Amino acid sequence: MKRLFLAVTVVALAVTAVFALWITPPRADQGFDAVRLLYLHAPTAWIAYLAFGVTALASLLWLLPRTRGTTWDLLAGASAEVGVVFTGLTLVLGSLWGRPTWGTWWEWDARLTTTAILFFLYLGYLALRRTGTTADERGKRSAIAALIAFADVPVSYLSVTWWQTLHQQGTVFNERLSVKIDGSMAFTLVAAVVSFTLLYGYLVLERFELAQLEEGREARELERAIADRVQAEHVEVAPV
Amino acid sequence: MSFLRDALLVAGKDLRIERRSRVALQQIVPFGGVVVLLFAFALDSDRTLLHQAAPGLFWAAVLLAVVLAVGRSFAIEEANRARDGLRLSGLDGGSIFLGKAAAVAVELFLLEVIVGAAVVVLYDVSVRGVVVLLCAAVAATVGLAATGTVYGVLAGGLRARETLVPLLVLPAVTPVMLGATRSFQAALDGVPGDAWPWVQLLAAFAVLAVAAGTVAFGPLLEEA
Amino acid sequence: MLGRFPALAGANLEVETGEVVLLSGPNGAGKTTLLRLCAGLLALRAGEAEVLGVNLAVEPRRVRRAVALVGHETFCYDDLTVAENIRFVARSTGRRAADADDALERVGLQRVAHTAHGRLSQGQRRRLSLANALVRKPRLLLLDEPHAGLDEHGRAVLADIVRSTPAEGGTVILASHELDLARRLATREVRIVAGQVHAATAAAPTAAPVVAEVEARA
Repeated sequence: MKRLFLAVTVVALAVTAVFALWITPPRADQGFDAVRLLYLHAPTAWIAYLAFGVTALASLLWLLPRTRGTTWDLLAGASAEVGVVFTGLTLVLGSLWGRPTWGTWWEWDARLTTTAILFFLYLGYLALRRTGTTADERGKRSAIAALIAFADVPVSYLSVTWWQTLHQQGTVFNERLSVKIDGSMAFTLVAAVVSFTLLYGYLVLERFELAQLEEGREARELERAIADRVQAEHVEVAPV
Repeated sequence: MSFLRDALLVAGKDLRIERRSRVALQQIVPFGGVVVLLFAFALDSDRTLLHQAAPGLFWAAVLLAVVLAVGRSFAIEEANRARDGLRLSGLDGGSIFLGKAAAVAVELFLLEVIVGAAVVVLYDVSVRGVVVLLCAAVAATVGLAATGTVYGVLAGGLRARETLVPLLVLPAVTPVMLGATRSFQAALDGVPGDAWPWVQLLAAFAVLAVAAGTVAFGPLLEEA
Repeated sequence: MLGRFPALAGANLEVETGEVVLLSGPNGAGKTTLLRLCAGLLALRAGEAEVLGVNLAVEPRRVRRAVALVGHETFCYDDLTVAENIRFVARSTGRRAADADDALERVGLQRVAHTAHGRLSQGQRRRLSLANALVRKPRLLLLDEPHAGLDEHGRAVLADIVRSTPAEGGTVILASHELDLARRLATREVRIVAGQVHAATAAAPTAAPVVAEVEARA
């Protein structure tokens, strides 16, 4: 099942790559081939937001007493990890794309800046998860931290927007957009978003299974430790 | 109302400890002063540049001090397991949060007055629009103290909490940094009208942070 | 729970009003965990705990208001004086400042009432812990190694407090390694080994209501 998932993901990514690199036209006003970064930049940004949305949802489910379970905590962690990687990629790709189009590596526009804040917020979240405490304690603290971070994002976005807006508004549906989307470009963009979403799903699945294995190993070690201790102390106190 | 009375009790306790130990006054405030001095070196003591950047540099110094104040606020609860004493008291988590955040806010406000005076002198700033400055400072300080206190208890008792708190707090208070800087800038430039949207943003942030902390503090104080 | 280790795996304990129960057993057996559990500081991961008729999982704060724990640490603030610390305990648990002064007198700390907690000796800290417990007027008094660090006079004060508690309608559970001293105070001894209750001297069947009932499962 997982192999099939992986195969479909790889095929989808390959199709996207072929379209993005050879079939779609270059653009003079976007530094010719640089426009192809769109097919990487837009989907990675989408995955970043999707991943943090999933983390927030899973955290909420952990906090509700009815649905509380380690599964949600591990899923929140797995998704946030993938999200941080994709946020980092988005920043790097955006920066690379900004150089030929805006003439600078970094613009202090609302979206780029908020994404940078997002990156650090969730780096903190991941650091919090790694502080080594009981599973329940980790679940509680990280779930609350995830929700606070999630609620902080729109406020940050608003404040940064007020502060400075240079970035193009919206991606595909804005009329003032300098990139005119033709047929093959629109298809490639959709294909890119779909294939990256598949990739996200696969990565989270892998990370989640790994986390479950880790938890399972700890549980087994714990059982063994208890058994050892009970046995050792029984022998010791037997004469009493 | 017993909720507020309990909050006052906790705030009074924290401030009394501060009055005795003088950590905020003798360590955190001077730290803010040093940061202000270092910024001047970084900008090569360029009068016009410093003058322009004064609001931002001032709030950057305050943000760094927040991290220290929050660390101190929870360090006193770690010693002698005082945190367990607080839990055993049966006080409501929300009132403990309000009390601790209020104490941090009072300390920060004191720091802002002193560091602000240093900025006025060292960066050659002429104070204008006092009402706007005051409103922005109060709203910003409440937001900072509340956010810091939430993250303080969130990292409480964990290993590496001293390094974790800055990483958690500083990105989260970006809106406060922007709002406070912009409203100070507008007030000092003599266009207080431009400051009000920012003051409203600061107030909204403060309300959200206080509400979130009041709800989340109790569960976070517990051990799972 | 101590760290990742379920400290109590299969402990069953039932304590009745007016008892003075001694918990004995080797280091790390789970005595402290059991006391912290009864104080409402820990949540049971599996099993049930009822203290003073209140389910711990449901209303830990109600339990905390009605019990007092004398632990290894004083739960006090170093920069506050003895009087300030105990008054904070009194006010946060709804007692009067006069109660705080009485408690200090009873443990013989009125002379150092205005000394900072950080400057107290180990023995003085133990006495302050006792006073902090007394001021709460607990229905269940939990003592974790109360003899440690106490001088002759301090031990006499402790004995007096433990003996007078049942007379005032209270109950005591104490954990101690000073078995000779502790056995003189206790009405019953419960031995804990590896988180399990062993070799308890059977409680005399009485009609007294049950104060604490702990049933922990691994």
